[in-house]
Amino acid sequence: MDINLTLLIQSLAFFAVVLLMMKYAWPLFMAAIEERQKRIAEGLAAAERARAELRDADARVAEEIKAARQQAAEIIDRAQHQANLLLDKAREDAQAEMQRQRAAAETEIAAATARAREELSARVGELVLAGASRILQREVDASTHRRLLDELASEI
Amino acid sequence: MSGSAEQTAGGGMTEYIQHHLHNLQWRVGAGPFWIINIDTVAVTLVLMAIVLGVFILTARRATADVPGRFQAFLEMLVSAVDEFVRETFHGSSKLIAPLSLTIFVLVFLMNFMDIIPVDLLPWLGREAGLPYLRVVPTADLNTTLGMALAVFVLIQYFGLQHKGPRQFFREMFTAPFHAHGFAAVALAPVNFLLRLIEEAVRPISLSLRLFGNMYAGELIFVLIAVMTLGASLLHGLTYLMGPAQFLADFAWVLFHLLVITLQAFIFMMLTIVYLSMAAEHH
Repeated sequence: MDINLTLLIQSLAFFAVVLLMMKYAWPLFMAAIEERQKRIAEGLAAAERARAELRDADARVAEEIKAARQQAAEIIDRAQHQANLLLDKAREDAQAEMQRQRAAAETEIAAATARAREELSARVGELVLAGASRILQREVDASTHRRLLDELASEI
Repeated sequence: MSGSAEQTAGGGMTEYIQHHLHNLQWRVGAGPFWIINIDTVAVTLVLMAIVLGVFILTARRATADVPGRFQAFLEMLVSAVDEFVRETFHGSSKLIAPLSLTIFVLVFLMNFMDIIPVDLLPWLGREAGLPYLRVVPTADLNTTLGMALAVFVLIQYFGLQHKGPRQFFREMFTAPFHAHGFAAVALAPVNFLLRLIEEAVRPISLSLRLFGNMYAGELIFVLIAVMTLGASLLHGLTYLMGPAQFLADFAWVLFHLLVITLQAFIFMMLTIVYLSMAAEHH
């Protein structure tokens, strides 16, 4: 229990251990710990960044889908409009064609009627002439009575 | 546990206890100072070698990747000590933290020698031809005072380094009582005396606290061992004292585990506090 030389030995040995620990153990441990802390912090930051990016991407995708949907609706609208236009035009064309055909038919009918009437009146004139000559039992000079005959024919 | 009882039975308890409290000594010169407590030094050196080996080898292989169990354990100690130092000392120092870690680990291991059954190593020593063997280095005042003096030197060096020599030596005479003019001159001796006492008290209280606790702990283990000293299976009392000794030893080991950890922690914490105080300007 007395103080003796052991005191100095213990003191110096302790000093030596402290120095060795300070030089060869502590810095390596702290370096490893700090490096790991840095890595963990970086990992957490990267995860946070990735999460934010994912959120951004999700938002972008939603936006794109919305835009695409809108575009599709526009295209459909335009197509419908086009179809309506085409249909209208076709209807108009058909109507016009019908009108034209009807007009042609009507003129033809009118011409045919007129022709028939002329033919008929000419025939009637002849018949009248023949009838009259037969009634009079003499030859009616066709040339003398031409004017009269034509009058008759036009009256019919 | 009291295997040595038969040999010392003639001298009885007193001799047994005194034998346990006697260092294995080597006289290197004349006078009471020139003696080396070989057992204290040897045990200390072995423990230091273990601490250095374990810490340096693990530190060399330490990676920032997933640490192994042992590396994780040591890192836990390292970062706990680092935390304590950061909380107490608000400067930057490459010295304080490793010093504190060394103190804690070393003092804890030296204290832990107390938990080894009190007669085991002395018995092995006697078989190997050693007349005495005290295995708890911190129950030797030389160890605790030696460490406290080392800490004392570091405190002075630290103060000198952080304050600069001018400030360091001026404060010896101007703190804690500040004054101007003649009063400052009058107060200088008082301040210096207070400073001397303050500085001297630190290593003494630091070493005596640890030494007292460990010496008392060792003594109580020895006294518990005495309960069955020279016991024989023929005596009825043995059957009473045996279980009682077991219970007492068990209880004291549990309590002492707390004490040795706490004492190691206190030694470390006070060192940190003293060093931070040395760096502070008054």
